[in-house]
Amino acid sequence: MAIAPTRRDFVAMLLGAPVAAACRSSDAGTPPGELIATGAARGHSLLRGLAPGSSADGSSGPGSPGRDARPSPLDGTRTHDVVVVGGGVAGLAAAWELRRRGVRDLVVFELDDVAGGTARGGTSPITAYPWGAHYIVSPHKEQRDLIALLEDLGAIEGHHKDGTPIASEALRCRELEERVFFRGRWYEGLYLEAGATADDHAQLERFRREVAKWATFVDDDGRHAFALPSSAASALPELRALDDLTFGAWLDRHKITSERLRWLCDYACRDDYALLAADTSAWAGLFYYASRRSGATGRDYRSVLTWPDGNATLAAHLARGLAIETGVTVTRITEDGALTCVGRDGPFGVRANHVVVAVPGFVADRIVVAPERPALPADYGAWAVANLHLRARPREAPGAPPAWDSVFYGSKSLGYVSATHQAGRDRGPTVWTWFYPFTEAGADARKQVIGAGQAEWAEAVLADLEPAHRGLRGLVERIDVAFWGHGMVRPRAGSMFHPARPARLLPRGRLHFAHTDLSGIALFEEAFDHGLRAAREIAAARGT
Amino acid sequence: MADEARALRPAALYFNVFVVATCGLIYELLAGTLGSYLLGDSVTQFSLVIGLYLSAMGVGAWLSRRLDTQLARRFLEIELAVAVVGGLSAPILFVAFGHTDHFQVVLLAFVFAIGVLVGLELPLLMRLLEGQLALKDLVSRVLTFDYIGALAAAVLFPLLFVPHLGLVRSSLLMGTANAGVALWGTWLLADRLEGRVLGVRIRALVVIAGLFIALGFADKFTTWAEDSMYADPVVFTEQTPYQRIVVTNGRAGFNLFLNGNLQFASADEYRYHEALVHPAMVTADAPPRHVLILGGGDGLALREVLAHPSVEEVTLVDLDPAMTRLASRFPPLAALSKNSMQDKRLTLVNDDAMVWIAANRQLWDAVIVDFPDPNNYALGKLYTKLFYARLAARLSPGGAIGLQATSPLFARRAYWCVIETMRAAGLVVRPYQVAVPSFGVWGFALARRVEFERPTKAPANLALRYLNDDALRGMFEMSADMGPVPVEINQLDNQVLVRYYEREWRRWQ
Repeated sequence: MAIAPTRRDFVAMLLGAPVAAACRSSDAGTPPGELIATGAARGHSLLRGLAPGSSADGSSGPGSPGRDARPSPLDGTRTHDVVVVGGGVAGLAAAWELRRRGVRDLVVFELDDVAGGTARGGTSPITAYPWGAHYIVSPHKEQRDLIALLEDLGAIEGHHKDGTPIASEALRCRELEERVFFRGRWYEGLYLEAGATADDHAQLERFRREVAKWATFVDDDGRHAFALPSSAASALPELRALDDLTFGAWLDRHKITSERLRWLCDYACRDDYALLAADTSAWAGLFYYASRRSGATGRDYRSVLTWPDGNATLAAHLARGLAIETGVTVTRITEDGALTCVGRDGPFGVRANHVVVAVPGFVADRIVVAPERPALPADYGAWAVANLHLRARPREAPGAPPAWDSVFYGSKSLGYVSATHQAGRDRGPTVWTWFYPFTEAGADARKQVIGAGQAEWAEAVLADLEPAHRGLRGLVERIDVAFWGHGMVRPRAGSMFHPARPARLLPRGRLHFAHTDLSGIALFEEAFDHGLRAAREIAAARGT
Repeated sequence: MADEARALRPAALYFNVFVVATCGLIYELLAGTLGSYLLGDSVTQFSLVIGLYLSAMGVGAWLSRRLDTQLARRFLEIELAVAVVGGLSAPILFVAFGHTDHFQVVLLAFVFAIGVLVGLELPLLMRLLEGQLALKDLVSRVLTFDYIGALAAAVLFPLLFVPHLGLVRSSLLMGTANAGVALWGTWLLADRLEGRVLGVRIRALVVIAGLFIALGFADKFTTWAEDSMYADPVVFTEQTPYQRIVVTNGRAGFNLFLNGNLQFASADEYRYHEALVHPAMVTADAPPRHVLILGGGDGLALREVLAHPSVEEVTLVDLDPAMTRLASRFPPLAALSKNSMQDKRLTLVNDDAMVWIAANRQLWDAVIVDFPDPNNYALGKLYTKLFYARLAARLSPGGAIGLQATSPLFARRAYWCVIETMRAAGLVVRPYQVAVPSFGVWGFALARRVEFERPTKAPANLALRYLNDDALRGMFEMSADMGPVPVEINQLDNQVLVRYYEREWRRWQ
């Protein structure tokens, strides 16, 4: 058994020794709260049962599930037209599209107690708040499916002259969107303007020009260099070659050495990919920036759309009216549409005309019997998310006013978002959601946090926030923490355009595959895209 | 008594008398000023304070005969007590005003306590000097310095202390002076203290240190900057979680400032509030019955609304409970608003208007919008297309909106940004302006959901001071230097208005 780390050691491990040294030693005042289950226990018991001795290290192996430990197949106990395995955004999107296409006998099996995957949220008497993904980028006019979803939600209020939809003002992230804390003061935006030299600015301008170049680039087939979703992006070899390079190497090559700009690039990679720029695919690094810009100059910022509970609103909308069975572990899926499941009342079998396998690749590889399906080494990053329930707002450091997203320059965390910002509630109680990506190997991250209880996490969160918010501790009613051990697939260099990737998208027998990790990056838009593709494959197979 | 053998230094002790007298009278003046600022009716307040103070001095003088031993020590201890009670009187009274319904009692208790203590001092001092001078000299000199001290106080208080230090700092500073004199006294009276010098000295130092610390906290009441920033004396301040409320009082009446921005001057606010409220009230299809006021926690727009006999209910939504509490409990403000905040037709809501309007499901015949100017994002959100769209959805089809929209002269772009943003939200808007001497030219918007003509008839029988038919017609004429300019629309994710406003107002500061 691992020995529980002392709080100070834990803080030092997460945030560095100086932060730990500066944090107060009293553990009397640690706010209460709990560690939220994210289905890890059920998932791990499944994996242990399937493949004794194997560890949940996140790397996908070939489809060779250990047969011995699996419950025997129970053919024909239940039949469904379509079964969706996995109630994350990909699975819910597939189910949403299938229902729109008239499929009635459809069921979604979800391992966890709630659907939504990492687009999950919570509620307090004050506000709803996110447990994971918390925004999408305003759609381009080409993103017709996402526009349809937003229209369904009543979230489109008009169109620009060129047909680009205008998302509802209420959803477009309210000013101030972002601010960064540096040496006792807040600054607007994430780029630290304070103290920037002429050279810093020149490098920033060079970087922006490079991003703008790619944001406006359209290939001969009319595809953008870096489109959202990535399936719509250009396939030009010179673009794909960027994947062989790390983003860090790309920045070096472009002589971008400015410390504050490199920090920002690292921040972007940590934020979206749980990686440092030095490990991220250069394609993914540029994708982060270029896919968020638009307009003739490639410099127009595409608004971020957000909800108090983040993307949980979108997931809940997709899930509306669906038959979702939670707490169901699917242990085996065969190409002929037979599923072996364990529900709350014990094992059962299902036969389906079509199955959407909407689980992460490393899970699919263990439960799907599809010998032809190639393996793909994939890497998953771990995440911690903490929700702080505040009875009042703490004192503000000088500088920029409160923002949706508040970031600490130099911290290993990503800072926090305020759940009440978008609604315009600027005073009184609120919920702050603090994010921490583990940029090291997933297994290392998981080992680090073994034995860390809510108190250790709460102290780490406070150690990160208190330098900017004096007296915060006394205003926190509770701090709940979720640890996503396999939070998101990570686009390491060479992974995005791995030769095995295209074949993993292909249907096998009655099985169709949908998950954001099929793209190699973890984004709502990607998960949604794969869900719709899987649904359309089924529709095409049925000729409907 | 052994101490009678040694001579004291009378000159130094006369100076003591001078300081004691000055401080004593300043505490009295502070109490009288606070009373008249906070409770109004300065004649009553000053009469009460002066009368009670003098009689309390008499009580002190009468009590002095009961002190027989250790006169020097008693004298210094009483001086320290004056320092503490008097020095802390203004800050404590300010705090008490916000927390008690019996402010007058607290105020008079302070006056009485200070009076008794000061009244004890002179007799004790005379007895200390007894035997060194002939009675006639003693009485003449002590009383001379006492009265000169009073003169000093009477001159310093209005000319130096109130304008430059403010009430709280003056009070603490006087306390420090009292305690300083007591500390000095431990040397002057060392021979009479019978070996207890150190104890008294330490106490004096503790009191001085305490008052200095309190001076450090005085910024909680008023900052140095504030005291010199306002032309008139600051009579009330409160730092709420939402804003800083400051009331000043001068010859022309009193002024209310929020975060340093003038909200109204009692001398000319009627022009502003009549212009804000009545055009919307007369433009609605029918005399409004259900009226919504957003912002306007000072109760003055409410006063104008309630003047219309058609009004059956008013809901007033203001973020800051301290502001609405002040409006109903601060006597000069309550009087100015004709006690509107106590009206039975009023429903008071303390919430953010952005959040409240999103949840409200009622339809309103008239809406009066009186937010502070959009100088930050938290206020800028209340001027967005989204906010106006939500507002329009709560307006009855026949209803009208009257809205303050900053100055079309000083912040022309900001003003037209408000107008165009309202139009973008689907409202039909007519801009208008009025001259308010303490603000300058001020801009408003009259808006409806349907096309409408400019109002031409001011409400009759309301005894308005500014608005008549001619003034109403003139308000809708915009001079060339206030005319429309091209602007962007203010939206939640791109609050151009905040930037326009900052840029334009900076030019005038």
